[in-house]
Amino acid sequence: MSKTLEMNEPDTRNRLDDMAGRNVGAPMDRPDGPAKVAGAAPYAAEYVIDNVAEGVLVTAPFARGTITSIDERSITGMDGVIAVISDERLTARPAQGTANETPVQTPLSIAYFGQPFALVVAETFEQARNAAKALKFDYSADDPSEIPFDPEAVEAEENDATRQGDLDKAMADAAHSVDITYYTEGHASAAMEPHAAIAEWDGERLTVHASLQMPNYNITELADSLNLEEDNIRILSRYVGGGFGSKLGVSQETVAASIAAMKLGRPVRVVMSRQQVFQTVMRRSETKQRLRLAADKDGRLTGFGHEALVSNLPEEDFAEPVTQASAFLYPGKDRELLIEVARIHRMTAGSVRAPGEAVGMQTLEAAMDELAEKLELDPVELRLRNIPDEHPASGLPYSSRKMEEALKQGAEAFGWHSGPRKPRQKREGEWWIGTGMATAARIHNVGEAEARVTLNGDGTVLVETDMTDIGTGTYSILTQIAADMLGVEPAKVLVDLGDTNHPRGPGSGGSWGAASSGSSVFIACEAVRKAIAEKLGVEEADLELSGGTAKGGGQEKLLSELAGNEGIAKTGTFKPGDAQDDYAMASYGAFFSEVAVNRWTGEARVRRMLGAFGFGRVLNAKTARSQCIGGMTWCIGAALTESLLFDPVDGHVVNCDLAEYHVPVHRDVPHLDVLMIEERDPAASPIQAKGVGELGICGGAGAIANAIYNACGARLYEFPMTPDRIIAAMPED
Amino acid sequence: MKPFAYLRPDSLTHASQLTEEPSAIPIAGGTNLLDLMKLQVETPESLIDVNKLSLSEIGDEGEGLRIGALATNTATAAHPRVRSDYPVLARAILAGATQQLRNKATTAGNLCQRTRCYYFTNIDQPCNKREPGSGCGALDGIARLHAILGASSQCIATYPGDMAVAMAALGAEVEIMNAGGETTRVPLEDFHRLPGDTPEKDNILESGDIITGVILPAPVKGVQLYRKVRERSSYAFALCSVAAIVNMEEGRIGDIALAFGGLAHKPWRDKRVEEALKGTEPSLKGFDEAAEILLEDAQGYGENDFKIPLTRRTLKAVLCEATGMDT
Repeated sequence: MSKTLEMNEPDTRNRLDDMAGRNVGAPMDRPDGPAKVAGAAPYAAEYVIDNVAEGVLVTAPFARGTITSIDERSITGMDGVIAVISDERLTARPAQGTANETPVQTPLSIAYFGQPFALVVAETFEQARNAAKALKFDYSADDPSEIPFDPEAVEAEENDATRQGDLDKAMADAAHSVDITYYTEGHASAAMEPHAAIAEWDGERLTVHASLQMPNYNITELADSLNLEEDNIRILSRYVGGGFGSKLGVSQETVAASIAAMKLGRPVRVVMSRQQVFQTVMRRSETKQRLRLAADKDGRLTGFGHEALVSNLPEEDFAEPVTQASAFLYPGKDRELLIEVARIHRMTAGSVRAPGEAVGMQTLEAAMDELAEKLELDPVELRLRNIPDEHPASGLPYSSRKMEEALKQGAEAFGWHSGPRKPRQKREGEWWIGTGMATAARIHNVGEAEARVTLNGDGTVLVETDMTDIGTGTYSILTQIAADMLGVEPAKVLVDLGDTNHPRGPGSGGSWGAASSGSSVFIACEAVRKAIAEKLGVEEADLELSGGTAKGGGQEKLLSELAGNEGIAKTGTFKPGDAQDDYAMASYGAFFSEVAVNRWTGEARVRRMLGAFGFGRVLNAKTARSQCIGGMTWCIGAALTESLLFDPVDGHVVNCDLAEYHVPVHRDVPHLDVLMIEERDPAASPIQAKGVGELGICGGAGAIANAIYNACGARLYEFPMTPDRIIAAMPED
Repeated sequence: MKPFAYLRPDSLTHASQLTEEPSAIPIAGGTNLLDLMKLQVETPESLIDVNKLSLSEIGDEGEGLRIGALATNTATAAHPRVRSDYPVLARAILAGATQQLRNKATTAGNLCQRTRCYYFTNIDQPCNKREPGSGCGALDGIARLHAILGASSQCIATYPGDMAVAMAALGAEVEIMNAGGETTRVPLEDFHRLPGDTPEKDNILESGDIITGVILPAPVKGVQLYRKVRERSSYAFALCSVAAIVNMEEGRIGDIALAFGGLAHKPWRDKRVEEALKGTEPSLKGFDEAAEILLEDAQGYGENDFKIPLTRRTLKAVLCEATGMDT
């Protein structure tokens, strides 16, 4: 009844190219779009459930210490109050992505300012919020001056290191070199939809509507937190209003709502306030990065060093993988890559929008710009001279790689001038105008994925998996793949996602969802095709499905007829295999930007930006482009505005709302051009697709930084490049 | 949110009586107050909804213009006379908030909007403005948005608005009806106050006072500009802003009015700066000297030290543009 494909070798069949429908790749509108814009697509907190009680998390007003007692009676008389949930299973932190086990529980032991330790449940949200603020508790808090908040003030642990050859010697012998230290500030995921869950308990089974990216892992995490069997839990996450990493793992609200529902015997909803989202879920670590690049006289890299200091709470495994792309992008036989973690008491650091490359590529590409300047070489040419033949450390071959095409086609489309570059060459009124570029790279991940595809007796197709669509376009691409593979119109395909009762997929994260889940649907469809072929008495390879009919062996039959009353249901399983180990796989691209810098105020505004990207097969030109545009928008944020600010005295997040944590707004985002380069990567997945969701974030902030320098002559070593930093670095007229 | 009474008076007198209660707060658009109530920064016993009062008109008053207390920011910015005679005001309003917020925000509400200080809006932090005597978290904390002029050891918060900065440059007056039913007019630059030892008081309003409108004087000649500096280009409060009205006379600076936002607990107007510039030929040296006067007592608190050079540079940019100086 099912088919499994383990990716042990590249799949060069390119089967999707042979299908008659030609839906895959087309800019098809999102099937879920109309419901979303009409407000008819329910997000986690929006399900209408009878008798639901409202829970509000209570958080600690100090960074380290212990809650010694909670005075439930302090709020028992208040209007509407039902209960105070104080339970040792409450989770103190969010789970890391793919953790597959409960995050740290010990709720009364406080490790960061704003850590939730109890839940107040009331009849209405307002009553719960008021009571949560009124709840009295005793605590013993450590003296803040004794608590480490500054990553540079503590001794760091080595987390990951690659050392090869002698980088110091390469630097000393280099014809040209740069040795630069950069700082990037922390980021919040800043999804529009706050973390939210509604839990229902029928005495045996728990049903949870939650805003989660990876239900397959989340169900295990939740079961482990609650000491329940997974079989007794169902998670539903059909629509997610943005995740950006913050919903990879199960968070405090989902566990708290579940415990409350089980204790109270009635449904409980918990929605985090915007401030709680900023204070309690994942942050991207701030980083300190040292880049050392050694080059010969022609600009070929001989030595490559990238060291990063990041931070996290004690006991957390995650360390921002800053050097992830540095491992494979450029050559240099003498290499040193290092990640160190400082244990500090800011909230949990975890995956936020392209962990690793987002901040690692922007600094690397800024350093490459300085190297190009020393070499008096066009920065595009410097990159072109540094495309390695094989992985510089492992020696593995690369799978399909469109870096050269992206650099060349991007430069041409942007109108890049490859002549000598000097800053402060162009001014329009008060504004210095400059251009800058950067390479884009993001590793390609896949995960085990399962999906069920059913050809119904009425000729429609049902696709079922617990995979999520976090705004990325999963509903679209799975529709397109099934439509083409089975020869039906996309309107005849229903994709049902985000339900752990379905076959399990990897979820959304690390840009792996499309290639992994898409492949599982593809494989399931191959199994359905085989069943159809058997019914027609032909080989599957000779089968032609289109327009709702099957042709083969001189016969033609309606799919609905072949499906019969019971339909044809097949499960497809995609498993990563040897191919993933035999090749260095990544998505590549190039960014080009034009930036204006005000000579007086130091305000920087991106005037235009182009990204050229190669990420394997484009599954949907519209949603893929949207992903790229979204990524480039985050580049503008990382380059110019985004920064989590922490109080130096008590360590709390200071700017914990969207008014003060500055993601770019429409006015900051100019026209963004996206050039998608035709590619099939046979090693990446059976559908020849790679990840695109995060690619647009990986390096673009460097292109903006380089354009700022080209515009006004200010080299900055701290991101974001805010007006105060720019005027401090800008040469006087 | 704490439970509260909601009252909707239909006369000014009644509204004034209701606001005499110490924990009553008038509400118009609610764009600032409701956020603060959700955070329990504001915990009124009663909300006095003044929207039934007929105070939204904008109309001529002599040669000047009267803007009703309940005129929305959108209506004010779009008003033909504001656009033609007081463009600095339209520009300032449009530089603030978002279209949706401006549709709800009112003249009086905007004058009364409270600081964006991160420590004021977080009830887990000390704040003398929110809770007198509790201390100031910003002094040793993150003071990026904070004041460089006129602050006190009790409070370094800024008034966050844009509209009032333009009104200060225009020499507007605030019309206030007190609990006794008497109406007075106060120069806008005297409406907001400096924090001193009582930072909990943002402005001069007394219990029972209701703002009924803002009166702009007869229009003056000259170029009117509003420049707001911030890292993102919309939906952000000013790191520093300048409202300027500059009239050039035969190559020299004639009448000039300058007001600054983002620098102090109130829109900042320093007539010595204007005097220093008046009658001079525009020059970068002269602008620098004017900035020196403006900033001679300026004090940074670490994170906001940059505001001193930024203000100097922004003033120069505005004066260059207003005087048409080619640089």
